[in-house]
Amino acid sequence: MTDIVASSFVRQDLVAERPAPVKTSGFVGFVRTRLLNSPTNILLTILGLLLVWYTVVPAIKFLLVDAVWSGKDRTACLAENAGHPVGACWPFIQAKSTQLFYGFYPEAERWRVNLTFALGAVLLLPLLVPRLPAKSLNAGLFFFAFPAVAFFLLHGGGITGFGVSWVAGLLQLFADSISGAGAILVGLSKTSAAGPLLWAAGSLTALIGTLLHWVIFPLTWLRDQMQAAGQGPWLDLSITAVIVSVILFMLGGGARAGSRPLMASLATFAGIAAVIKLMGLDHGGLPIVDTRLWGGLLVTLVIAITGIVASLPIGIALALGRRSTIPLIRIFSITYIEFWRGVPLITVLFFATYMLPLFLPGNFTVDGLVRALIGVSLFTGAYQAENLRGGLAAVPRGQSEAASALGLSWWKTTSLIVLPQALRHVIPAIVNSFISLFKDTSLVSIVALFDLLGSLRASFADPVWTTPSTAFTGFAFIGIIYFIFCFGMSRYSLFVERRLNAHRRN
Amino acid sequence: MSDPIVNISGLNKWYGEFHVLRDIDLEVEKGERIVICGPSGSGKSTLIRCVNALEEFQEGEIVVDGIELGPNLKHVDAVRREVGMVFQSFNLFPHLTVLDNCTLAPIWVRNIPKKDAEATAMKFLERVKIPHQANKFPGQMSGGQQQRVAIARALTMNPKVMLFDEPTSALDPEMVKEVLDTMVDLAEEGMTMLVVTHEMGFAKEVANRVVFMDAGQIIEANTPNEFFAAPQHARTKLFLSQILR
Ligand SMILES: Nc1ncnc2c1ncn2[C@@H]1O[C@H](COP(=O)(O)OP(=O)(O)OP(=O)(O)O)[C@@H](O)[C@H]1O
Ligand SMILES: [Mg+2]
Repeated sequence: MTDIVASSFVRQDLVAERPAPVKTSGFVGFVRTRLLNSPTNILLTILGLLLVWYTVVPAIKFLLVDAVWSGKDRTACLAENAGHPVGACWPFIQAKSTQLFYGFYPEAERWRVNLTFALGAVLLLPLLVPRLPAKSLNAGLFFFAFPAVAFFLLHGGGITGFGVSWVAGLLQLFADSISGAGAILVGLSKTSAAGPLLWAAGSLTALIGTLLHWVIFPLTWLRDQMQAAGQGPWLDLSITAVIVSVILFMLGGGARAGSRPLMASLATFAGIAAVIKLMGLDHGGLPIVDTRLWGGLLVTLVIAITGIVASLPIGIALALGRRSTIPLIRIFSITYIEFWRGVPLITVLFFATYMLPLFLPGNFTVDGLVRALIGVSLFTGAYQAENLRGGLAAVPRGQSEAASALGLSWWKTTSLIVLPQALRHVIPAIVNSFISLFKDTSLVSIVALFDLLGSLRASFADPVWTTPSTAFTGFAFIGIIYFIFCFGMSRYSLFVERRLNAHRRN
Repeated sequence: MSDPIVNISGLNKWYGEFHVLRDIDLEVEKGERIVICGPSGSGKSTLIRCVNALEEFQEGEIVVDGIELGPNLKHVDAVRREVGMVFQSFNLFPHLTVLDNCTLAPIWVRNIPKKDAEATAMKFLERVKIPHQANKFPGQMSGGQQQRVAIARALTMNPKVMLFDEPTSALDPEMVKEVLDTMVDLAEEGMTMLVVTHEMGFAKEVANRVVFMDAGQIIEANTPNEFFAAPQHARTKLFLSQILR
């Protein structure tokens, strides 16, 4: 054992505060500790500076420093007239801006486009801010009322009937196609070897068609009477309002549930009536602007917004269908998803535009823009279904078991417990699909629709503005527009994600 | 007593070729507390999950409060409204606050107005002694607190029978007691309870009957006194010697 002598220590003078010998705070400190603190970091800093030097500096030089800001035609943007090397030719964008935003939408009617987008923004913005109240009313207006109003604003035209006439029309189309199929079968039976069999099947189908005609006769009769009366949509609207309200009242549990659903339904129809009156839909509405005249950002936004809004419900339905225990639904969902994921969007658009008309009954035409809308929505829907499948798989089975054990039905379990959790898991993937959808809208220019990119390419053809920098200017401009929208979506999704996942923070 | 609230008769269940439940007969009287124990894999969870139709079965019949649950699982919804269940892993809904967890089913299943549902929920949260945590999310609570919320959540539906599937086995020892105390309170109020647990202290204190299961069948059922003092079957003796060491 050695003797360890413990020495005692008592401080006499307190040490005064001194600044750090090497600055660790402020800009200099940041540079020292983050950028130049090791050989690797010094190298990376130099590489980073070089990258900035070779990308950002030329971009600024092109877009701002060397840019030409005013002029009447191409001469302003030529180096010999400007007196310096010419960068962006902004007067070109100015001259073409209406084409880039509206396409060939008639000048006198452009207020309709502006009004539509203003209306959309007014409805969308409060929906995006979580703190604001009345979300369900707001969502109802944006997702159901706005599309209808937007259609009559942008496209124009009026209505002569309402619910009863539309339902009658649809059912009649259905009955007609069944009768038609029967007639075709009977026709085939004359030449085919399996004649009697085909004849029997054909006659049966035709009989069913005729029966259907009789079943829906009261409805078609009512429609014809209303058409003959020539009251516009008003009588039809009232009848539809009464029928729908009564059905809602019954389904909602009758008088026991109180009069709220009834009031809500009547208020909705009053709102519809007000819109019809306001927009003069009963007198033919606004002048029709054919979708072939639409173009530019208008088309891009119409396709993107429709695609975004329509693809999510399609995706949800397919993702749930893929997990269904009913084989038919599951097989349909899987086939659908795999089919749409297996073909490129360009093929889908070509098919929708040039081949679909061949499959549809003769007198039934679908507008070119609508075909593209349907193609894009169905295509993106398949991708959203796969995104969501991951989210559904991440929700533990115990969650739906607990919900069932509390007596919640499958629908309520799915919509209140499973889907909200699944969606929270896959917000980044879903927004990713939205962003790629937004950019893929540019593909519609190959099926003769002039979206933002298509309009730009069309404007290059104008000899008044052919200069060496016209193309670069145009692409830079719409690149910035695409970027603003996509970056906005990306940032908003981060915000939503943080907010909805608040419960995971401890 | 003669009017069983749960009557299981001739229950048989297979997972594919595997015969998990074999000829189960069990009558549970109103207000009775039954503890089910047995080795792992003996089919305890499967049995009580059959009672509220979380599992389907191939043979036999279960009658809950006069509502018949046959192999084709008719009347599932009616039965589930009368039977509450507490799971080993709590299964609270993580995206909803504690209060919303407790009002969800009353609002959406029983169509009770939100205000009333919240008042009821607070009453039950007080009973499990966590009213002040009502606005927290489940992820912000301890395991014991979560399990007590799960009990309160089941009680808001006013069930006639409560099923517990190893409610304490995912908990740290110091939290086991708070959950067991809650269950004892519940038992004293006369709730009918079917409890799968390895807490033999709880069985001795609360149970009217202890049911021992092995290999998918009921081996022995007896009052706790008899069961622990004088087990009859060789397997019961072996099991007890292993867990009571
Ligand atoms: N979905 C399933 N498919 C096939 N076999 C299963 C399934 N679920 C459970 N089993 C089997 O059924 C048997 C009984 O399972 P159960 O979960 O009821 O046991 P337990 O008595 O609750 O056991 P523990 O004490 O471990 O919870 C086990 O052998 C298990 O492997
Ligand atoms: Mg178990």
